Formats: sequence, C-alpha cells, structure tokens
Amino acid sequence: MRIFNGGHIDFINVPVLPEEEFRRTVMDLCQNDGRLVNFFGLLEGEGNVRLMAIIGFDEDAIFEIFSMIVTAVHPEFPSLTPELLQAHNFEREIAEQFAIVPCGHPWLKPLRYHANYRGVADLWQDIGSRPIPGTYPFFSVAGEEVHEVGVGPVHAGIIEPGHFRFVCHGEEILHLEIQLGYQHRGIEPMMTKNNLDQCSLLSEAIAGDTSIGHSMAYCEVMEALSGTAIPPRSQAIRGVALELERLANHVGDLGALSLDAGFLPASAYCGRMRGDYLNLLLALTGNRFGKGLCRPGGVLFDMDEDMIKDFCRKLTIYKKEFESVSDLLFTRPSVLARFEGLGVITSDEAKKYGLVGPAGRASQLERDVRIDYATGLWQFNHIPISLGATGDVFARAWVRRQEVMRSLEFLLKILPTLPHGNIFTPLAPLKADGLAIVLVEGWRGEIMHVGITDHQGQLRRYKIKDPSFHNWFGLAQCMRNQEISDFPLCNKSFNLSYCGHDL
Amino acid sequence: MLKIILNRFKQGMKTIAYPKGKAPVLSLRYRGRPVVADSSLAVDLGKTTCSPDNKVSYSNDFRMAVSKREDLILQGQEKKLAQALNKEMLRIFGRSLKLRQVSAGGCNACELDLNVLNTVVFDLSRFGIQFVASPRHADGMVVTGPITRNMREALIKTYEAIPEPKIVIAVGACAVSGGIFAESPESSHGLDAIIPVNLYVPGCPPHPLTILDGLLRLLGKITA
Repeated sequence: MRIFNGGHIDFINVPVLPEEEFRRTVMDLCQNDGRLVNFFGLLEGEGNVRLMAIIGFDEDAIFEIFSMIVTAVHPEFPSLTPELLQAHNFEREIAEQFAIVPCGHPWLKPLRYHANYRGVADLWQDIGSRPIPGTYPFFSVAGEEVHEVGVGPVHAGIIEPGHFRFVCHGEEILHLEIQLGYQHRGIEPMMTKNNLDQCSLLSEAIAGDTSIGHSMAYCEVMEALSGTAIPPRSQAIRGVALELERLANHVGDLGALSLDAGFLPASAYCGRMRGDYLNLLLALTGNRFGKGLCRPGGVLFDMDEDMIKDFCRKLTIYKKEFESVSDLLFTRPSVLARFEGLGVITSDEAKKYGLVGPAGRASQLERDVRIDYATGLWQFNHIPISLGATGDVFARAWVRRQEVMRSLEFLLKILPTLPHGNIFTPLAPLKADGLAIVLVEGWRGEIMHVGITDHQGQLRRYKIKDPSFHNWFGLAQCMRNQEISDFPLCNKSFNLSYCGHDL
Repeated sequence: MLKIILNRFKQGMKTIAYPKGKAPVLSLRYRGRPVVADSSLAVDLGKTTCSPDNKVSYSNDFRMAVSKREDLILQGQEKKLAQALNKEMLRIFGRSLKLRQVSAGGCNACELDLNVLNTVVFDLSRFGIQFVASPRHADGMVVTGPITRNMREALIKTYEAIPEPKIVIAVGACAVSGGIFAESPESSHGLDAIIPVNLYVPGCPPHPLTILDGLLRLLGKITA
C-alpha cells in the first residue's frame, strides 16, 4: 500500500504478508532505492503482534507500507538485521516492546530497559522493575594491553545521561558501545492514554531542543487522521518556527565544536548568537524552545506586520554576524586541523547504517525531508540541500554552516510574503481505523510519527522516531580506530538526542 | 590574529547588567509568573508547564524560584520568593558554590537553559557559581527531569557522593513535581520525595533568568 508524507489510509488496506514474502519484499525494496524508514510492532487481539514495515523512496516522495503477523504462540520472526543493518535498532525495539525474538539478530540486547507492552514475561529478566543494571552485555575484546573506559550515565557537563563503553588499545578506540534508556519516560504508551492538550505537551517534551519539530509532526498526524485542512498561514508559521529552531541549534553546535577544538572566540560568540534565535522564538511563542506554538488544527500565535518587520531586521543583522564568526572559525588552520579527517563515515557506510539529517548529508546522502517529501511551506518554497563531501567532523560542521545560511536566506525570503488568513481551525474527530504518517526535517534530521486509530477513532498506537534513533550507531562506528581524546569532538559533531532516542 | 581582535571589537560587551543593573524586560508573550486574580483559586506553579492552553493568564515576571514546595502554590496577591541560606551555609558557599548537574529524564530543555548561564550573556562564574565534573568536587546538585526509574539509582549515588553540607536544587516542572510525566509509571512525583530540596525553580523550562534569580537569592545576593 502506498502513502504520501502527511497522508492517511484506511488501516484495513495495509497488506498482511506471509513471513517469507514480508522478508523478501523488505529486502527487494531496500536493494532498489528504498530504505527502511520505520519498522515497529502493533498489538492485535489475543497477544498477537502485527509488524509494520515502512519503506521510503526518496526520489519518488512515496512510502510503501505492509505488515506481517507474529502470533502469541510463536513469538518470533527471522531477523532482517544480518542482511539489512538499518533494521538492527528497530528489531531491538520490537523485541523489548513486545517480547518477540528476532531470530538470528547478531547483537540482541535491551534498548531502553522497560517492561513489554504485551503483558507477558520479558525477554530479559526484571528489565521493567529495576533501574538499568551496571552489568550490561558489551562487545568485548581480549588482549594484554586492551582496556575499557566506562563513562556515564551521569556525564561531566550539563548533559543528558547515557553509558559509553570504550574498548581501547592504548589511546586507540577499537570499539565503542553506547547504552541508552536512562531517559525513558514511556511517552509512546502515554500518547494513546491522554487527551489532545496533554499529548501536545508530551510531543513538545519528546526532545525539548526539537519541540517544534516533534510537536509539528504530532499535529500533522492528528490533522491527517481527522482529515482537517489547516490554514496556509498556520503552516507557514510552523515552518518559520522550525527554521528558527534549526538556526538556534546549528549555531549552538558550531559553538560547541569550536569549544572542543579549543578555539574560544567563536565558541563564545556562537553561544550568544544561539540565544538570539531562541529569543526570536520567545517573541513569537512565549517560550524559548517554541513550546506552546503548534496545536492540532494550527498554531496559537500569529505574527503581525511589526513582528515580521522586526524579525527581518534582526535576521539580517544575525546573518552578517554569523558570516563573520563562521569565517573566523572555518579559516582558522588550528580548527581545521582538528576537524579534518576525524570520525569519517563513508557514503556507503552511512547508507548501510541508515543515517539521516546533517550527519547523513555530510556523508553525501541526499536526504532531506524538506526536499524529498515536501509538505506545507516547503511545497511552494524550495530550500537547496546542503551536502558535505568527506563524512568527517569538518563535513558535519560545514553542512551546519551551509544550512544556517540557507535557512536565513529562506526566512528572509518568505517572512514578508506569509499567506494571509486564520491561524487555527478546530480539529475534526479522528476517523476510525485509520493510519497516518508524517515526516518532518528537524534540525537533527528525519522525525517520523505514525498514528493508528481503533474502531472508535481513538489512538491505539502512536509510534515516534527521532533522527537520533538512526544516528547513534553512526557515532559509535565513526569512533573506531580514533584516539579516545577525539571522542568529545566527534560526539559534538553528531550532537544526538538521548531523550529523543529513549522516549 | 587580526581577524580575531577585529571580531572581538565588533562583538563588544554582551553580559547583562542584572542583578546590579535593571532586570531585562522579557517579551510580552513570555509566560512567566501566573496572575492569580481570584483569591479562591490556587495555581500550583510546581506542576504548571506555563502552556498557553490552560485558562491561566501569565505576567512577564520571571522571578519564580522558592525555598519551600508549598510556596509554589499561588493564592491571592502574596508573592513568596526564595530565601537566603542560613548564616553558616552562606559563610561556606556564599562566595564559591560548585554544582553537579544530574539530568534524570529531562527533555533537555532545562539542561540547555542551565548551559546558557555559562554563556557570555549571563556569565554565571562572575558570582562564584560553577558547574563541576565530579560530585566529589561539588557543594550541591542541580537536578532536572522527572527522575525516571532508570536514573533513580544514579541520582541517589551522585547525591551520596557529594560531601556534607550540601544543597539540592530542582530545576523545571518535571524535577519539582514530575510535571507532565507525573502519571507515567516510569517517573517519580518530584525530587523532594527522594532527597531534601533547598531551591525549587519552576517552569517548562525555566527561563535562564528565573534560574539565575533563584541561585542569587539562595546565596543572599538578591534580597529585594
């Protein structure tokens, strides 16, 4: 069954394939231009679980969706991971959420440490009743001079929690394994139990630095499920906010990279300039992270002529300031010497791991939801894709620099020409037995939300995917054969979300 | 080198004058301290996300941090703000306070706005307050997030590793009360159910000024 970004289909039309055909279809499609954008479970009656696969075709702006059933009697299915690495985290998630075994998965261990949704015995004892134990299984290397460095869950700075295990030979990292789950708040099940207002707040807290991205995806899912067409002006304001969010975070990331390269001037300036964009979001939405703006049916805050003029005036100044500071950063030989050739991910590797967002684009993957699956504002206003060539820290920094410039140009172009009209239309009731998918290009990459309703038109499953879900593995892989002291710089070049991953 | 110096001149002085000078006036849409018009109504600032959905009207007053949990329940006109630590604690921490930050299930918004205090705009270290990399180096702990089941143990261990006397600061609606995650089986109902808290900073997330104001009141540097 085919579906567009922001599209709605009747759930009954999602084909159910036999196990072998399901597997073959995934493999065939992923060998021919497709990629696995989502793979998740859904509870059916009698403890059976329906596995839904969504394959994206970036060139054609279309998704193929199909499913298979895993019965409660035989809670297992053959793992796709040995042949399709993109599936490995999805399968670990399915194993944990539904206590189903993906047979043949090469490294099956819990992703977030919580009890399963099926109410049966977990695959791992006690994972739902006690905190994450310190004794996780880790890929280990033996040898006289091999040693391990464990970091976290509490980190040295003001950072979210996660455990990093470096297996090193001297200073060289042989392998890095990252255990997350400490931020797990159980958002997915909460989304099906709460009302619209509460779910809007929850969607803004999936990852606070991506409040606009995730709340926009949530709103669009609800609008698609109910068949509500929202006013063009509200779509445009959401777009403006999303680009402001991207600007704030990219500028902040460049500052953090600069700090870890030991170049303090650019770090201090970027830190302050990040605040300028957050203050624009504050002026627009009343919150520095844009919380409170997007609600199903539109947006809660409008922009008047004065505000638009003020934004344009400020953005013009910020653009000049950014050009000057980024020139300072990217022409500094000592900075470039730190950035170049560090933490390389080749284009083939990036494709194999399924990287998205700036991390993927730095490795020449032409993936950008704003271009590939354009909806709303981006259907009528194009933004060029920003690609890097080398897949290293430099490329990931450079892609951000390009995206900052392009977002600024984009905002300066569209702000004076925002469509007129209302900013909100009441949401119609959700249609029964529907399915809607929405992708949004957040600043870290592809955010995907899927909503499925039951016979009464209530949400029965809400699936959230933050771009970090794909990209954490990229960070771990890029550290191989690097010096352990290079980790902070490589880490900042990805700057992934812990809470977005942990949900 | 010339470029760096030139850029330095262009950037100028960006640190805010507050608290010596005037407090910055925040945007009109900023949702700060709720206005409680009806004295029979009570608003629990510790639970509110300051979202525009509920029927509360907000002022743009960013001063909201308090010393006691019950002071977050707003009723009538009385405004309670954080009190300074006792004399002995002020003698120890008044000029140098080292804090350890533990993120325990937060959405990263509180964490980011704590980080902002270290930018040139707020320049937290001018007040002798710093975030440090080990609980053994710390005088206190700043906690964000609803304290997820998976972070509870790490949080308690961090607290225990900080030498006495120590202070604890809860930042954000989640750490104060569980916030929007209070009903989740994965999270707790506020930090003070686990360890004693000296300063509550409400908000979702609190504005950096709200946090700064709270810290400075705790250290007796703002009394008005």
